[in-house]
Amino acid sequence: MLSHTHFLLLSGALFAIGVAGVFVNRRHVLVLLMALELILLAVNTNLIAASHYLQDLGGQVFALFVLTIAASEIAVGLAIVVVVFRSRATIDTEELRELRE
Amino acid sequence: MGFQALLFYALAAVLLTAAVATVTLRCMVRAALCLILAFFTAAMLWMLLHAEFLSILLVLVYIGAVLVLFLFVVMMVERETPAEQRAPFRLSAALVALLMIAELLAVLGSEDFGPAQEVPSTIGSNTQALGAVLYTEYALAFEAAAVALLIAIVGAIALTLRERGEQHRQKPSEQTQASKQERLRLTDGRTEPPC
Repeated sequence: MLSHTHFLLLSGALFAIGVAGVFVNRRHVLVLLMALELILLAVNTNLIAASHYLQDLGGQVFALFVLTIAASEIAVGLAIVVVVFRSRATIDTEELRELRE
Repeated sequence: MGFQALLFYALAAVLLTAAVATVTLRCMVRAALCLILAFFTAAMLWMLLHAEFLSILLVLVYIGAVLVLFLFVVMMVERETPAEQRAPFRLSAALVALLMIAELLAVLGSEDFGPAQEVPSTIGSNTQALGAVLYTEYALAFEAAAVALLIAIVGAIALTLRERGEQHRQKPSEQTQASKQERLRLTDGRTEPPC
């Protein structure tokens, strides 16, 4: 039978993939956002698994709020990507270094 | 190994593979497709955890709106792909769709779910139970989340809105200021040739 550990391991692995994705794809803002989405998905899976195995609905409510905030985060993030692409014609982070110099 | 465990391992394998593909694939359209597959698989896993409402929410709202928006932006931002690269897109899209259908059939069509297996509880279904606590115990947090969404909408629109010069649209301020002398010219039809 499935235990809590199965889901904890799965969401841990998913979280690790997301974090690795952030480091691997530092040049591509869009893939960076996708890796962030994966991290949040791992967190949500963790919350829901805890909610199921501890028989507490609070976990699912919290996952709902995480989804809400993730949706708004991605909306604003994509808007920023679109604006940057419009004004610079690139979203490569290596070429966006006006503030560094 | 029971059917649920088998399903869990299959879904976990698909989920992790899709996640790895999302962060490693060079082509961003394919990465976005893999992200959609990962989210869908996670939704099916949530179904295994009896979080039916959130699972459906993830498919309908998150995949249906947010990730498709993601795909739009990826296609807009990415440079023009040569024609010979388009056929594999269709192939990978078909593969993702087939996997999603297979997962749906495996999870929703299995005997482990359905009315016979429903856990008898005092509050009713998962959606009812969630609603019962969401609008009472967590009402303040719910309202705060609604405000956060509103701010995000306003912010996203304000960021991407731009004024274009030559746009054909109604300008009510000019329309209400128009006078008869500007718009109307009376002729008797004979002294002047029709234009």
